[in-house]
Amino acid sequence: MAAVTKTPRTPALNLHEGLAKLSTYPYQILTFVDPDGYPVSVAVAASIDADGGSATFASPAGLTIPTDADVSLTGSHIRPQPGYGYDERRHVTVWGRPAPATNWGAGRGAVSFTAARAWGWDEAEVPFFEYSERSTGQSKKYFDALSVERGTPVKPRLSLGWLALRTTRLPFLSATIVPVVLGIAIAARHGSFDLLTAVLTVIGASLVQLGLNVANDVFDTAQGADDANLTPTKFSGGSRVIQYGLVSFRQMAGLATIFYVAAGLIGILLLAMRGSPALLIIGIVGFIVSIGYTAPPLKFVYRGLGEIAVAIGFGPLMLLGAYVVQTRGALSWEPLVASLPIALLVALILYVNEIPDRRGDARAGKRTLPVRLSKPTVIAIYQVAAVAAYAIVVVGVIVGQLPIPALLALLSAPLALQVSRGLAPNYDDPYGLMAVMGVNVKVHLYAGLLLLAGYLVVLIAGALAPSVNLFLH
Amino acid sequence: MSTLPEPIEALLEAALVGELTVVDANGHPVTYPLIPLYDGEKIYLTSSTLFSRKLEHIKGNGKVSLSITDPIAVGGRTDRATIQGDARVIEEDPHGGWERLLPIWEKKEPSIVYFLTQRVALPLFFERSLIEITPRRAFYWPDGDASTAPQVSAAGKAAA
Repeated sequence: MAAVTKTPRTPALNLHEGLAKLSTYPYQILTFVDPDGYPVSVAVAASIDADGGSATFASPAGLTIPTDADVSLTGSHIRPQPGYGYDERRHVTVWGRPAPATNWGAGRGAVSFTAARAWGWDEAEVPFFEYSERSTGQSKKYFDALSVERGTPVKPRLSLGWLALRTTRLPFLSATIVPVVLGIAIAARHGSFDLLTAVLTVIGASLVQLGLNVANDVFDTAQGADDANLTPTKFSGGSRVIQYGLVSFRQMAGLATIFYVAAGLIGILLLAMRGSPALLIIGIVGFIVSIGYTAPPLKFVYRGLGEIAVAIGFGPLMLLGAYVVQTRGALSWEPLVASLPIALLVALILYVNEIPDRRGDARAGKRTLPVRLSKPTVIAIYQVAAVAAYAIVVVGVIVGQLPIPALLALLSAPLALQVSRGLAPNYDDPYGLMAVMGVNVKVHLYAGLLLLAGYLVVLIAGALAPSVNLFLH
Repeated sequence: MSTLPEPIEALLEAALVGELTVVDANGHPVTYPLIPLYDGEKIYLTSSTLFSRKLEHIKGNGKVSLSITDPIAVGGRTDRATIQGDARVIEEDPHGGWERLLPIWEKKEPSIVYFLTQRVALPLFFERSLIEITPRRAFYWPDGDASTAPQVSAAGKAAA
């Protein structure tokens, strides 16, 4: 594994910022190390001069502050939330050297403090998830040291089920299952259905996607993109299992290989069972698109071609592939037309998920569309593509390529509108975008399921009332 | 067995956050806000491996202090305390060893139990080590005001 970039550390805090922040706390915690070597902390009310890099406070009674060692002033805040816990976490510490003050008020002795360095965290500025992400290197360092100490590898863990879910990104399988089942349904409408090969197709196609998901992590890690991403979400930034030390790079590469080999074997089996040259071509193109998505030399997603690759792979290739398995190679326009809205909507999943990743992607040279394009352009493209997806359904029905019940897919359009409206206000907030990304996944899923429902209506109608024509032409 | 004066125990039990100070390799104090968990004898804190630098410091120098200073975090109490003690890191099982403290933790942060069910979302946060502090000496400011000398108690007995 050759990471191109290293994860930046927690943002630095300069002295002026540190003191300015410290001055906002109602009191400061003076801490020093006593002659016995133990720290002592006491709350003081410091007068802080951020511009002058200093602070002054009354010497706490009964305690002797050393003047030959650094002491610290800390501000800390949380807001209790009864029944839940707390929020508004922030703290700052400024270290410096104390000295007897000569120009500060009367009364008991005063101490002046010359600041030397500062450190802190405010979750309003660096959200907790980003702070955690920035700290993954520290976790790795901890486990490495513990492993050396014990003489045996110690690693973070997850239960096998959770690990499998996270590693393979299993919930995203809907991107495969929707077009494949739709292709099978259209073939069934055309009089071709074989349960065994249908099941094999779903399994084989799912294995291709699982291979793609895992390979994506492998190649993004190798090229530094996942390491450079400091704001991953559950929809973006990869599975992170390599970054977190849950699975090794080598294990992930092996897992991707297993998925692809298993998919290939099922593909060969299907070829042998159905004898379709079209399936062979679709399989080969699908493999190239899948592996070339992140792998050199093609690296489609690094060249701003990820959306096209995903649209082709999870649209026409999946749907037509499933169709030709059932029809033994016979092709038709109907599955191709039906695949187009699915293709656009699945591409929009990737497209929106790339928005929060764009800074890390840019650092790693991953020139996705949100990296290349301005915010207004990115949002405008989303709107045009979403409208186009639904327009294709309508036009497909009008020209007689899609059945009238396919219009059910339009019921998912309000979700696309919701995504469109959510993009602008959350564009620069990865965690705010999470809800939008979630709805965007539903747009594809629901549109696909509604298309499928439309075909089920056609199939049922065909069985019960063969004379009823559900096509306009 | 109680090792601390009653008012300080009450502060520990009430505190949603305290300030753990450790001493780094250069002899400088480093302060971290953490939830203090008290079992009547020892003070426990937990640290995710994500934020484990404090554990490195403790392994290098076990002399620490825990202060409770924030009236907001102790339900409006105005008294303050600092407890000095010897800390050790318990890290036999970072994955689940810390969960024995979950009942005490949950009393202060009820949502932690829900978050634990979602550990797949943030797995490293729930890889945690325990910090066990054996109190040695305590400073107590009944009115929280540093202009008066603190009451100092050692080894569980009040001193002058």
